[in-house]
Amino acid sequence: MKQLNWKELPLAGVVKEAGNAETYHTGSWRSSKPRWIPENCIQCLFCWIYCPDTAVKVKDEKMTGFDYDHCKGCGVCALECPGKKGSKAIVMEEEGK
Amino acid sequence: MATTTQKTVAVTGNHAVAEALRQLNPDVMAAYPITPSTEIMQQYTTFVSNGKVDTEIVLVESEHSAMSACIGASAAGGRVATATSAQGLALMWEMLHIASGYRLPILLACANRALSAPLNIHGDHSDGMGARDCGWIQLYSENAQEAYDNTLMSFRIAEHADVRLPIMVGMDGFITSHSIESMQYLPDDVVKKFVGEYKAMEPLLDLDHPKSLGALVLTDYYIEHKRAEHEAMLKAKKVIQDVSEEFAKISGRKYELFESYRLEDAEVVLIALSSAAGTVKDEVDKYRNKGVKAGLLKPRVFRPFPYEEVGLALKNAKAACVMDRADSYGGYGPLFMEIASALAPYRQGGPVLFNKIYGLGGRDLMPHDIDQVIDETIEVAKSGKAKILKDYMTIRN
Repeated sequence: MKQLNWKELPLAGVVKEAGNAETYHTGSWRSSKPRWIPENCIQCLFCWIYCPDTAVKVKDEKMTGFDYDHCKGCGVCALECPGKKGSKAIVMEEEGK
Repeated sequence: MATTTQKTVAVTGNHAVAEALRQLNPDVMAAYPITPSTEIMQQYTTFVSNGKVDTEIVLVESEHSAMSACIGASAAGGRVATATSAQGLALMWEMLHIASGYRLPILLACANRALSAPLNIHGDHSDGMGARDCGWIQLYSENAQEAYDNTLMSFRIAEHADVRLPIMVGMDGFITSHSIESMQYLPDDVVKKFVGEYKAMEPLLDLDHPKSLGALVLTDYYIEHKRAEHEAMLKAKKVIQDVSEEFAKISGRKYELFESYRLEDAEVVLIALSSAAGTVKDEVDKYRNKGVKAGLLKPRVFRPFPYEEVGLALKNAKAACVMDRADSYGGYGPLFMEIASALAPYRQGGPVLFNKIYGLGGRDLMPHDIDQVIDETIEVAKSGKAKILKDYMTIRN
């Protein structure tokens, strides 16, 4: 994305385009990364509800994985995941391992 | 020169500012009372109760909230004003930066007062100078008439498309805010026409064009935004001149970026803001009658500071004393620092400068005090050297 110079900025940095946070990638802030284990997933969608960003990808009402361009690695999804019979469907792993 | 019939009245500075605000009739005013500016809002809420204006008054629990409410109302698309002093302005500090960063043309009437501690309610400029770097345009007024006139011009300056910055109009607490002076009010219809309808830019309440204000920027954009703010300040100078020119046509009162009093050929110059300038003028006259080429430069616009113009106006003087009614402990007075910057291009051949801190916490500045300053400035002009660069006056030594 081309960065604007100071003369090109909109007044006070007003954002006129709805939902354009999607084009701003915050995934690089992450120090730990959620990993989805589909066999333990009961599709309760708690992860989708609790995610403070929009980093849980859902298709046809089913969790399908993570959007790592935006996931900041907060770990809320892993904490809230009830899993199946005590086995978590989301676990946090150190980034870059 | 005046094209309109004006009403001569005897009022305090606070009443004059309240009257200007009545004529401006902002959409929203949010404020919290503090001496010596309280009377402005007290008077204004009376106008509201009596149906003289249709302003929405927001009574809040602190000045931080007052400025926050002003920011919200202004961002929503309203014309907004408030009034405060000293600790009130200090408590607003965080939000003053938000107002300017959001480029909201809010008007703040400030009855300038000393900052605590020690607790003091009287007039000096430490509040305004403390807010110097908050991105607000700052005008300082010598008397009730100037406070009224500057207030009337404020929205025109702040709301100009090249500017879009908040504006602060100062007058000296008690000395001006509470003294009754003879002055002139313009007719309501003339003011209404002069100020014009408010045109909001990017109002949040424009529901057909939803938008966000106040998004996060990190290392990638912050400095660009600040550079744009500086540019708006630079452009404000011309806008202030244009609006003042236009104001002269309706009022007969012409204001410049700073007032030059017998400055043209002056060798000995005093520089002072606000009410002190009135007394200095009397003493300048006295010394002129004695054959001393004395003069005064009274800055009106402190932000944006007109460095180039001030430098040109002072470069031929022999000595100049910058009088500060505010201090920077361990540094020079804030006005001195600006004057020194303005004269930096004339280091060779410019006037010898020195700094006097006076009148803190409302300490009186008497004509004989000013005579001492003029005498000392004459000495400095003769010797070409200031013995003490920064000193205090109106003080028990």
